[in-house]
Amino acid sequence: MNLHEYQGKQLFAEFELPVSKHEVVFNAEEAIQACNNIGGTKWVVKAQVHAGGRGKAGGVKLIESPEEARDFANQWLGKRLKTYQTDENGQLVSAILIESCTDIDKELYLSAVIDRSSQSLTFIASSEGGVNIEEVASKTPEKIIYENIDPLTGPQPFQARRISSVLGLDSNQAKQFSGMFQNFVKLFNELDLSLLEVNPLVINSEGKLHCLDAKINLDSNALYRHPSLVEMQDPTQEDPRESEAAKYDLSYVSLDGNIGCMVNGAGLAMGTMDTIKYFGGAPANFLDVGGTATQERVSNAFKIILADPEVKVVLVNIFGGIVRCDLIAEGIVAAIKDVGVNVPVVVRLEGNNAELGSQILADSGVEVESLNDLKSAAKKSVELAK
Amino acid sequence: MSILVNDQTRVLVQGFTGSQATLHSEQSIEYGTNIVGGVTPGKGGTTHLNKPVFNSVADAVKAEEPNAALIFVPAPFCKDSILEAADSSIELIICITEGVPTLDMLIVKKKIDELGLRLIGPNCPGIITPDEAKLGIMPGSIHKKGKVGIISRSGTLTYEAVKQTTDLGFGQSSCVGIGGDPIPGSSFIDMLELFNEDEETEAIVMVGEIGGSAEEDAADYIKDHVSKPVISYIAGQTAPAGKRMGHAGAIIAGGKGTAADKISKLQESGVHIAESLLHIGETVKKVIG
Repeated sequence: MNLHEYQGKQLFAEFELPVSKHEVVFNAEEAIQACNNIGGTKWVVKAQVHAGGRGKAGGVKLIESPEEARDFANQWLGKRLKTYQTDENGQLVSAILIESCTDIDKELYLSAVIDRSSQSLTFIASSEGGVNIEEVASKTPEKIIYENIDPLTGPQPFQARRISSVLGLDSNQAKQFSGMFQNFVKLFNELDLSLLEVNPLVINSEGKLHCLDAKINLDSNALYRHPSLVEMQDPTQEDPRESEAAKYDLSYVSLDGNIGCMVNGAGLAMGTMDTIKYFGGAPANFLDVGGTATQERVSNAFKIILADPEVKVVLVNIFGGIVRCDLIAEGIVAAIKDVGVNVPVVVRLEGNNAELGSQILADSGVEVESLNDLKSAAKKSVELAK
Repeated sequence: MSILVNDQTRVLVQGFTGSQATLHSEQSIEYGTNIVGGVTPGKGGTTHLNKPVFNSVADAVKAEEPNAALIFVPAPFCKDSILEAADSSIELIICITEGVPTLDMLIVKKKIDELGLRLIGPNCPGIITPDEAKLGIMPGSIHKKGKVGIISRSGTLTYEAVKQTTDLGFGQSSCVGIGGDPIPGSSFIDMLELFNEDEETEAIVMVGEIGGSAEEDAADYIKDHVSKPVISYIAGQTAPAGKRMGHAGAIIAGGKGTAADKISKLQESGVHIAESLLHIGETVKKVIG
């Protein structure tokens, strides 16, 4: 789950990490008051979407009057911002962050991720900030430091010193960073983050470190520990069918093709998509209906798949392991009757009681093409989708 | 021979009296697995599926001397259950549960490594040695004792690989699901090492998927250390970047972890690539048939 910058900054502030004085507004009229509350004569207004590259797309602006903040909010709220990280439709701007303007001496980069190779929380820092870090990594790797945090002993001061040295900090800044480093780790661990990025981390005109951006992703597996963070979820930033699927505890990702897929197991779901492509077709989605595949889950899965107007055929691929295929077949029949499926459905049942399952499909009276091997089922689906 | 489990393995089931543990333990016992008992705190002294229930792993170890733990507890309690099994020095710990927080796994993995124990999973189907022991949730009936070792990050994809190798008559020495999480207890490399040493295994099927670099790391290892033929299928060739494909670990992040990269790296190491999911068995046949 991703957070907006304003939510990230709120959490940064709670963990005593330096962020600008800021307010968030959800309608344009609040903007003037927000500027007055923050004070000063210069502000930065930032459109809030779950995507990077906002500055270049016009979603960030330096302003010198509260009226300009209102105009900016009017211009963007409810509109879609398109950046190099979004799709062609862009992302809905649901809020505007207004903050005091920071005078910048130097831009740096800092992030923390779960690194799968070292199996630890890893900090990545660079003296080159405000730019694409992957480019820095490939062109000037000496300007980047990777620091792994031992999961059992935690962050150590020498590690903060090592990062400070690569960032080129003076002694006062290094002292400030040492405290920030501990707080970043605390924030990461206490709230179960999967990614934290400050790009840029800046040195302001007073020589102090300051977090100008705040990007936070949360570990979905750990959300049960953080009900207050769950409330920060912004469904407008996600594909509507994906949010709908999440409500039913179904794992769904929408794709560009026209063959809807319903599969048990994430690996097999990917394998099914690949098989469709192998035969020249294009999958409309990834959908893992889960190991149990009950009638209710199958019904919900059909509804979500069919909400995509591009879908011309649905391929159901079930490898009945522990679950009996006859029960799944009954679920499919009931779901098709319940949902009112108006495109051809191809079903492949394999494993436990597969023959009985196919018989149930054949006797049901619903129009289903039942095949017991994946090759024929995938080929048939591709033909029907043409 | 086989790897990790056989008919001598003494299995302790943690979370024994829960519904999932009950369903799968029943099937494991029916398959012939030597389940010696289970743990459910508060239910010690009772019996379940005709096996003794203990309040703690330590109690169970004293009474039954298990050498493998099979964990079915809900995700919020997995860290505790794995560390409890580790505290009793159980050498093989298998965690089936999906949805364990990643930060819990960082701590667990580090501790398991320090103690020199072995963890399989979480978020995995478990391990089976056909006709001997089934420690997990895979359907026993599709397996056949034989000569192909199977390692996979996915449950149902493992079953596809199993079925294809059974249908062609090769059968399996052992099958291990290492799980679909970003921080798995054991890696492809750990299992490749065991299969390479196992006399019964003639070829190894490695089923990978997008995300991370476990397959690339395995490719390097295979090149230098594995003398047996390795056949591989990588799922997610049509997966978009930046989207988690069901498994927590199956995500192409920052352009890294694509199926294409993994396949080319494996090919460079001499691994035989199954051109599609349908070709796993046929590729095995081409190599050792």
